[in-house]
Amino acid sequence: MGSNFRWSYFLPAVIVLSLASLFWFYLDDIKNGKSVQDLPSALINKPIPTFQLPGIENKDKGFSSEALIGKVTLVNIWSSWCPPCRAEHKFLMQLADKGIPIYGINYKDNPHDAKKFLSQLGNPYKSIGADRNGRVTIDWGVYGYPETFIIDKSGYIRYRHIGPIMGDDLTHKIRPIYKALSK
Amino acid sequence: MKIGSTLVIIFVMLCSIIPVAAVEPEEILRDPILEQRARSLSQGLRCLVCQNQSIDDSNADLARDLRAVVRERLKLGYTDAQVLDYVVARYGEFVLLNPRLNSRTALLWLGPILILSFGIIGILIWFHQRNLADTNCLTIEEENQFSSLITEKPEKEHDG
Repeated sequence: MGSNFRWSYFLPAVIVLSLASLFWFYLDDIKNGKSVQDLPSALINKPIPTFQLPGIENKDKGFSSEALIGKVTLVNIWSSWCPPCRAEHKFLMQLADKGIPIYGINYKDNPHDAKKFLSQLGNPYKSIGADRNGRVTIDWGVYGYPETFIIDKSGYIRYRHIGPIMGDDLTHKIRPIYKALSK
Repeated sequence: MKIGSTLVIIFVMLCSIIPVAAVEPEEILRDPILEQRARSLSQGLRCLVCQNQSIDDSNADLARDLRAVVRERLKLGYTDAQVLDYVVARYGEFVLLNPRLNSRTALLWLGPILILSFGIIGILIWFHQRNLADTNCLTIEEENQFSSLITEKPEKEHDG
């Protein structure tokens, strides 16, 4: 009985230490820029959804999923009414300047506002599809804006970036992943 | 009679509509059975914008679109399970407010049972040890003997 008694003394300490290490583990994730709210994408390593979208204005050509096959591409979901989209835009411009093909899905936007956004901040997109009712965006499993996907040559989604791309993301995530997939 | 039962049906339907904040009148399907299925499916799907609300409760734009997707699929003749699979394929298992039992969620589902059984085992051990400790005490016979000794003692003092 005596030895049992001593063991139970350690139990609270064991519980506290295991909880502390669990919290530390999650804290480490947050320090590395991972948000607790970021969800693992159900679409990673899955083929892109098939879709066909019209352009922003009737005269513009839209873009369909076939455009994404055969080369490594970025797909960016954006809207002129989304402030973080505005914030990340200059980084998309930098990527486009380096020759990385970016395709835009313009989510539930007013054509006039979308055009104004692009004429003010520049157009980094090879082509843009207007998703007026948001269905294609749902097919991509998107729940916040902006989001950016990296698609490999055979049309599989290899990376998903939730929220705006910032300077660090360019050097640490987007460019290295793009380079690795382009090999 | 017919008017009466129609009124009852309308009343019941109104009752089911009034407490709903998020589902807009124009979203509601004409077929009440399909609508009922849509409602119960929506109540089990998480709105990913406001993560602890169902899409049935949420006014978020995405929740509204997802409610429409659920209704479209039902109209196409999908079963409830197929509708859920359709949404899960896009948003992952996290979208289900009632997670499915599989290897990844086993701990979540069985955790409470495990903790409860640890607790029960702990209590049983505690009782067992207390019973062991009790055997070290006096038996009822010894107890009676002891109390009689105590009560006898003052009498003896009087005698002496």
